[in-house]
Amino acid sequence: MSSEWPLWEIFIRGQHGLNHRHVGSLHAPDAEMAIRNARDVYTRRNEGVSIWAVKSNDITASAPSDKGPLFEPSNSKVYRHPTFFDIPAEVGHM
Amino acid sequence: MGAAVAAVDRAAFVEWLERVGDNALVLGHRVSEWCGHSPVLEEDIALANQALDLIGQCQLWLGLAGEVEGQGRSADNLAYLRDAAAFRNVLLVERPNGDFGQTLMRQFLFDAFHIELMRALKASSDPRVAEIAAKAEKEVAYHLERSADLVISLGDGTEESRNRMQKALNVLYPYTGEMFHDDATDKAVAEAGIAPLPSSLRAAWDATVREVLEAATLTHPGETYQHGINGAGGGKRGVHSEYLGYILAEMQFLQRAYPGAVW
Amino acid sequence: MYAQLVSAEGAKSREDMTPEENAFQDRIDRGEKIEPKEWMPEGYRKTLIRQIGQHAHSEIVGQLPEGNWITRAPTLERKAILLAKVQDEAGHGLYLYSAAETLGVSRDELLDLLHAGKMKYSSIFNYPTLNWADIGAVGWLVDGAAIMNQVPLQRTSYGPYSRAMIRICKEESFHQRQGYDILLKMCLQGTEDQKAMAQDAMNRFWYPALMMFGPSDKDSVHSAQSMQWKIKINTNDELRQKFVDQTVPQAEYLGLTIPDPNLKWNEEKGGYDFSEPDWSEFFAVIAGNGPCNAERMEARVTAWEDGAWFREGLMAHANKQAERRKAARHAAE
Repeated sequence: MSSEWPLWEIFIRGQHGLNHRHVGSLHAPDAEMAIRNARDVYTRRNEGVSIWAVKSNDITASAPSDKGPLFEPSNSKVYRHPTFFDIPAEVGHM
Repeated sequence: MGAAVAAVDRAAFVEWLERVGDNALVLGHRVSEWCGHSPVLEEDIALANQALDLIGQCQLWLGLAGEVEGQGRSADNLAYLRDAAAFRNVLLVERPNGDFGQTLMRQFLFDAFHIELMRALKASSDPRVAEIAAKAEKEVAYHLERSADLVISLGDGTEESRNRMQKALNVLYPYTGEMFHDDATDKAVAEAGIAPLPSSLRAAWDATVREVLEAATLTHPGETYQHGINGAGGGKRGVHSEYLGYILAEMQFLQRAYPGAVW
Repeated sequence: MYAQLVSAEGAKSREDMTPEENAFQDRIDRGEKIEPKEWMPEGYRKTLIRQIGQHAHSEIVGQLPEGNWITRAPTLERKAILLAKVQDEAGHGLYLYSAAETLGVSRDELLDLLHAGKMKYSSIFNYPTLNWADIGAVGWLVDGAAIMNQVPLQRTSYGPYSRAMIRICKEESFHQRQGYDILLKMCLQGTEDQKAMAQDAMNRFWYPALMMFGPSDKDSVHSAQSMQWKIKINTNDELRQKFVDQTVPQAEYLGLTIPDPNLKWNEEKGGYDFSEPDWSEFFAVIAGNGPCNAERMEARVTAWEDGAWFREGLMAHANKQAERRKAARHAAE
C-alpha cells in the first residue's frame, strides 16, 4: 500500500479559451505523470488544450453548508473532490 | 501521380510503404495485447491511445501502399491477407511484450527512431507521404515523451525496476540496428527524395538513446551483434522471427476462416 | 445492474430516524445532491462504497471479455473502434473509483477487496466471448442493459456518483451503437455463417443480459432503503421490462430470434411477457461458479501483482526527485 500513487485533481481549458475547469481525478506518482495521464484519460475526445494537475491534498475547500458533524472527523484533511464533474448543459433536464 | 513517383521504381516505393505501415501495424497489435492487463488503470488508457495511434497510422501507410501499387488492394487487404513473408516490419516490433519493462523499452527504442523518420518525411518529395508524416509526427512525439520518461523513471526507481529495465535493454538492443540498415529499396526511395536513408537517422537516434539511458542510470550495451542485417534474415526483407506467424494467425483468423465475408 | 447485489438495511420510517437522518432525508426528497464532506448516515456511505465499487470493478473486469477479441478484430477499423471502446471502460472504471474515493476509501483498498474476492462485479462478465458476434452482442445487449440503469442514475443523490454517471452516459452513447452495427453488418449483409454466429451470440447472451438487472423485486429485499436514498432509482423488474420492450424490435430488425418461447406482446400491460432467467444460474455465477469467474479474477490479480514493481518503481523515482528538488533548494539558500 505504500506504493499507492497520490490522487490528483485535473483541470482542463477547452478549445474556446474559457477558464480551466475541473474534469476529474486520477492517480500518478508525480506531477509530470499526472499531466500525461490527464492527457490520456481526460482528452480522449479532444476536450482540451491546456491541463493543470493539482495534488488533491493541496486543495483547500470551503466548509460544507450543513452544520451537522462530518462523516470524516478531520477537518484538516481537505475533501479530495470538490466538484467531481461539471454537469453539461445538455443534460440539465435530467 | 507526381514526378517523384514516376522517377522511382513503383515496387520499391510500395515495399518501403509496407515497411513503415507494417511497423505501425505490428507494434500497434503488440501494444493492444496489454488492454485490460496493464499494471495500473491510467497506463491501460495510455497504452490504448498509443495502439490507436499506431493502427491509425498503419491504415494511412498501407492505404497509400495499396494506392501506389495500383492493384485495388486496400489497407485491410494488405493487413489481413498477406502471409508473414510478405510483411516488411523490423524484427524489433514483433518481439514479445515480455514484462511491462520490456514493452516500454521496445517502445522507447522504436519511438526514438520513429520520430526521426517522421520528421524527415515531412520534407518528402511525395506530398502524400509528407502529409501522413506530419499527422503521425505529433502522435509519435508524444509516444517518445512518454516512453523516454518512463524508461528514465524506472531506471532511476527501485533496484528491481532498474534491473528489469537493464535486462529489457540488453535483450532488445540487438534488434535496433536493422532500423538503420540501408538496402536497395531504401536507396531507391532516398534517391527519389521520398524518404531519408535509414542510416542518416542513426546519429540523432544514438544521441537520444544515450541521453535517456544516462538519465535512467542504465548501462549502454555498446556494440553488440545486430539481428536482421547479415545473411538472409531480417524483417525488412520478409524473413521474420517465429513470433510474427502467431501474431498473424490471431490477427487474420476471421478473414482467413470466412473468405470474402464483410464485417 | 453493475451492482446487482448491493445489500443495504431496510428502509427506516420517518419516526425511527434521528433528527440528522430526518434532515438528510428531507434534502434527498427535495432533490438536493449530497456532497462528500457533508453529513450522511453511515449506512448511506457504506452502501454507496459497495455500489460504486462494484460498478467500478465491473468496468475494469468488463474490459476482459471484449479485450479478448481486440487482436482478432476482422478489420482495422473494427479493431480501432473496439480498442477505443474497451479503453472507455477503463476510463469509466477510473471515474467511478474516483467517486468512491470521495467517500474515504482508496482505489487500492477497493482493488484489494476485489482481488481477495470480498467485493463483486457484474455477473455478465463471467460469460465468455466465443465468436465475433459476441462483441456485437456485448455492445448491444450488455451495454444496452447497462445504459438503461445508468441513465436514471445520473439523478442519484450522491453528487460525485451522479456526475460520474453523467460523464459515463455521454461517452457510452457510442458503445451500444457500435455493437448493434457489428450485428447489422453480420445479419443484413453477412453470409449464412455470420448469421448463425449472430444467433448463437443472441442465444448465449439473452438471459445473462436479463440477469444484469438483478433478482426479481419480490426477492430483492434491499431495494427499499436504496430507493429511499435515491442511490437506486428504478426497481430491477421495471428496468428489465423496459429493456425487453426496447430490445425485441431491435432483434426483429436483425432477423434474430430471442430464445424465449414465452415471449409475446401483452396489449393490456403495453409490454412484452417474457420468461425469467434461471436464477439458480445467476446465483451460481455470483458465487464464483460462472464459466469464466476464475479466469477473470486471475487476469486481474496477475495484472496487479505483475505490475507492482512498475508502480513501486515510479513512486520511488518520484520520491527521489522530490528529495533532489528539496536538496537543490537548500543548496541555493
